[in-house]
Amino acid sequence: MKALEVSHIYKTYNDITALKDVSFNVAEGELFGLIGPDGAGKTSLIRIIITLLLADSGEIHLLGKDVVKEYKYLRSRIGYMPGRFSLYSDLTVLENLNFFATVFGTSIEANYNLIKNIYSQIEMFKDRKAGDLSGGMKQKLGLSCALIHKPEVLFLDEPTTGVDAVSRKEFWEMLQELKQKGITIIVSTPYMDEAEMCDRVALLQKGEIMSIDTPQNIINEFSEELIEIKTPDLYEVKEKLRLEFGKNSAFMFGQSIHFSTSSKSKSKELLNEFFEENNFNIESVNIIEPNIEDCFIKLMTKDS
Amino acid sequence: MKQLLAFLRKEFLHIFRDYRTMIILFGMPIAQLLIFGFVISNEIRDANIAILDYSKDYQTQKIKEKILSSGYFILTVDLKAENEIDAVLKAGKAKLVLVFEHDFARKLEKTGKAELQIIADASDPNSAEILSNYTRAIVNNYMIGINNGLTTKTVVFTEPRMQFNPGLKSVFMFVPGTMALILLLISAMMTSITIAREKEMGTMEVLLISPLRPTQIIIGKVVPYFLLSFINAIVILALGFFVFGLPMRGNLLLLISESMLFILMSLSLGILISTVSKNQQVAMFISMFALLLPTMLLSGFIFPIENMPLALQYLSYLMPPRFFIVIIKNIMLKGTGIMFVWKETLIILGFTIVFLIASVRKFKQRLE
Repeated sequence: MKALEVSHIYKTYNDITALKDVSFNVAEGELFGLIGPDGAGKTSLIRIIITLLLADSGEIHLLGKDVVKEYKYLRSRIGYMPGRFSLYSDLTVLENLNFFATVFGTSIEANYNLIKNIYSQIEMFKDRKAGDLSGGMKQKLGLSCALIHKPEVLFLDEPTTGVDAVSRKEFWEMLQELKQKGITIIVSTPYMDEAEMCDRVALLQKGEIMSIDTPQNIINEFSEELIEIKTPDLYEVKEKLRLEFGKNSAFMFGQSIHFSTSSKSKSKELLNEFFEENNFNIESVNIIEPNIEDCFIKLMTKDS
Repeated sequence: MKQLLAFLRKEFLHIFRDYRTMIILFGMPIAQLLIFGFVISNEIRDANIAILDYSKDYQTQKIKEKILSSGYFILTVDLKAENEIDAVLKAGKAKLVLVFEHDFARKLEKTGKAELQIIADASDPNSAEILSNYTRAIVNNYMIGINNGLTTKTVVFTEPRMQFNPGLKSVFMFVPGTMALILLLISAMMTSITIAREKEMGTMEVLLISPLRPTQIIIGKVVPYFLLSFINAIVILALGFFVFGLPMRGNLLLLISESMLFILMSLSLGILISTVSKNQQVAMFISMFALLLPTMLLSGFIFPIENMPLALQYLSYLMPPRFFIVIIKNIMLKGTGIMFVWKETLIILGFTIVFLIASVRKFKQRLE
């Protein structure tokens, strides 16, 4: 059975198109990622799915129910963690958790099992005000509060934004555990490396879905040879490459340049010749395996 | 029910942990009342007066002595003729002119009646009113002394005339006005801000997703502030009674019930404001400017409604505090019962119902 069916969703704010013909399905028990840069429409899409916003047109069925007509039924079955920290910062950790448990008609004890692994990490701070917690602990508390009523589907809007690398990794491990417990999870993130943690991902750009697939399949679709170039003159080399091979051929990637062209064969030889002609200071040129970020950049720049 | 209780608990925690809110809630009313009270009702001492005595007999002499020894007045000019009065007032040499008629003592003894005219510079209506009242009190006191042991009562007719502002009609009653103003502001502002804060902090999203119904959220927001505002009302009434000596002639229970109704009205207005404001600043702005100014200007608090242009008089009907001020004045000062204020009570009840229905209907189940 499908936990979520989204078909042909459109949404505009005044004149700005936020979502354009968005359709996808999520299977029960799946960990589904909505990946896209800021402003891609991730938050709008989640809010429409969880009955907080109305779409201009299109239909959504969540747990088999229409999200517009049966919002009351759905609301108690959804767990939602908004992007911004949205717990009461003047209440303590325990007070927050208690409040959300009671409001959802349950108690901490009843569903303690579900949140035990997460909550136990912040339990020692249970009398601290939520506003005084660190970013990672806030996320854990938020997740505990979103889970306390044992939702069937969990929506997380950019849960790892503003959280350090270690906490991010921990957070994804917690999501994997929740998945094992049979909860369908839909998570949005601007970090492309996190896509690889999802069962399937939808790549969202300017309100449109560019690709939906498993992370591995998306990587497999990257048909060209990818070359990593290391050089002290990153910016200059990148600009020269773009002049020579087109503006979508080279991208900065941390301390290196990732290069690919559609002329499939021998691009490495081609490059070495080009560098020799121009007398660049090049440290290394290697063929590497593409990761999801390369694919995403490729997809993003395909039309422009 | 359990959910509502949890919500109420949360609201009280918010209130008690935020000491700034507490200061606004309890400090502001007391400060405002004391400021308004003392600035406006400040006793006048050593006011300059002029006297025109046509009689110059032993009675006028005694009355003059009483007045000048009271500490409130200083004689600056002794007038000779009626035509000097205007000049003295215009020049600001005197705030008050007393005119004793011809044959004052003789008339008083023969007919038991004599006339003392009080002419006040009412370009400052409050002090004119106060000074004229002082004078009359002193004269009346003197007459009681004379009449003691006499069979035929003698009367001095004091005849005040408000120069420059003959239309001075309403006695300035600051406590009822301040009470209406404070209760409206505090209740409306606090509720609208607290709901707007949930929107601003993003917690409203989670509340909406929860099984809490809009009525539960609204009740949860109203009840705590209702209790706090009620305490405020009691504090203001006590201050008015003990500090400013406001009389309590009517039924205290009736007054308290009317205050509770007015608080409920203000809270519903606050919720209505919050449904249209996106964040705390907007809520604050609407509460302060859309409520404070019209209440001050149009409710009869400072300016008598009868003196307003017709259009503004009609507009003042839209000001709920206007009716509450009438109710307080009637109960406290005149000692009348519900029979005389039922109309105003119904009007405030009407406002409450309209605001409540509008807020529940406007309370959005979704974001925008």
